[in-house]
Amino acid sequence: MDVAAQTPAAPPLTALRHKHLLGIADLSAEEIVLILDTAEAMKEVGRRTIKKVPTLRGRTVINLFFEPSTRTRTSFEIAEKRLSADTLNVAIASSSVVKGETLVDTAMNLEAMSPSMIVLRHASSGACHLLSRICKAAIVNAGDGMHEHPTQALLDAFTIRERKGRLKGLKIAIVGDLLHSRVLRSNVLLLTKLGAEVWVCAPATLIPPGMQQMGVRVTTKVEEAVEGADVIMMLRIQLERMQGGYFPSLREYFTTFGMTEARVKRAKPDAIIMHPGPINRGVEIASEVADGSASVILDQVANGVAVRMAVLYLLAGGTDDETVA
Amino acid sequence: MPVVMDAERISRALTRIAHEILEHNRGLSNLSLVGVRSRGVPIAQRIADDLRKISGEDISVGALDITLYRDDIMGASAGIKPLVRKTEIPFSIDGRTIVLVDDVLYTGRTTRAALDALTDFGRPKSIQLVALVDRGHRELPIKADYVGKNVPTSRQESVQVKLRELDGVDEVVLQGKE
Repeated sequence: MDVAAQTPAAPPLTALRHKHLLGIADLSAEEIVLILDTAEAMKEVGRRTIKKVPTLRGRTVINLFFEPSTRTRTSFEIAEKRLSADTLNVAIASSSVVKGETLVDTAMNLEAMSPSMIVLRHASSGACHLLSRICKAAIVNAGDGMHEHPTQALLDAFTIRERKGRLKGLKIAIVGDLLHSRVLRSNVLLLTKLGAEVWVCAPATLIPPGMQQMGVRVTTKVEEAVEGADVIMMLRIQLERMQGGYFPSLREYFTTFGMTEARVKRAKPDAIIMHPGPINRGVEIASEVADGSASVILDQVANGVAVRMAVLYLLAGGTDDETVA
Repeated sequence: MPVVMDAERISRALTRIAHEILEHNRGLSNLSLVGVRSRGVPIAQRIADDLRKISGEDISVGALDITLYRDDIMGASAGIKPLVRKTEIPFSIDGRTIVLVDDVLYTGRTTRAALDALTDFGRPKSIQLVALVDRGHRELPIKADYVGKNVPTSRQESVQVKLRELDGVDEVVLQGKE
């Protein structure tokens, strides 16, 4: 390993402009690169025998999850613990929300116990923006309704950059339920900011209006989307939201849009397959593809911890009344 | 802006330090260098090159990033957060003599952070400290084992170490602050 191989000049940007991470929409390309670079250093911490650094010692981080989540919540919790923060999880089933307390009241009560940061997942779009206006703590969006899921997009970008060395100029095909996906929105915002060529593909019923205005190519033919792609990103068919009759059956969806080995062959030979999880085998993705050598699905999960450590580190610090930009 | 060390003086000081390391440790067996990012790393590389020339033995060099161990970043304003870089120590430090290398020794707080960071990687037999410049004003009980040059300063001044590898030129400059 050549330890002398360093970048010669210090990069101009070393901090984020905002106190909260509410969405990719608020971040500049430069800030995104800063988070990804910081995450690389954080990934090294995860390879150590002692996977812990004292950076956030004495800081309290509350994970406030109003929707079920395994991956995102455990990933945030591990990231917080590796930075030595004190963490606590408020799960909806055991909280006063079931007694009728509103989101704002819950947040104000938690705020009274002076946490440094609140990681929020909520079923309503804009919940994080609401809390960011009333809380002193920094708010980290862990998924709000159909709006954004910024840390997912950041870990996806980190994984792509790790495999391909860059994002600019790559053809990235995103296939699946575009209509209900906050992962899609965050990813499209991020990937277009960093200069990737993004294609999105879904049945016409699952394409939200205004997709073209986001700077992506839209198609209903999966073969067209994956043709020559560097990255194939699958989105989950959200079974719990499929009461609207968007397509005739799951089986028909798989036949028309499912990622099979035959379809993957149309992409570049070194293309990678991504999925934010949880995957529905035999619905949006064939098992052979999900478990195949081109799949980086579990790398995404591993990288999630490093990316979230980077976000927590970059948002921590600063005084309470500081409202940057 | 007085230059307190030029390229030749830096080179001579590092060669002398290499000799001192050899003398003090009676050889290089079980000894590795770890540079503190950023400027400690190229300095450690140069000392390692000198050690190889003098002794003919190979010597391993690591790079330590101490940002996550600093005691001054979390209280500070969000605008001045330093960039976190990778720590790369491609060998086990357990039971080895580790020579920590930094450019400037001042309050000792960087060294304190470096000691904490290093001991998270294992339990070295001993840790020794190299500073290219010792400018005084210690706030912690820390002392360098090998010093390139002692430079008396006031707290209003700052010491800039510039290195070929990072800055295109080798020199140490003392800057007064108005």
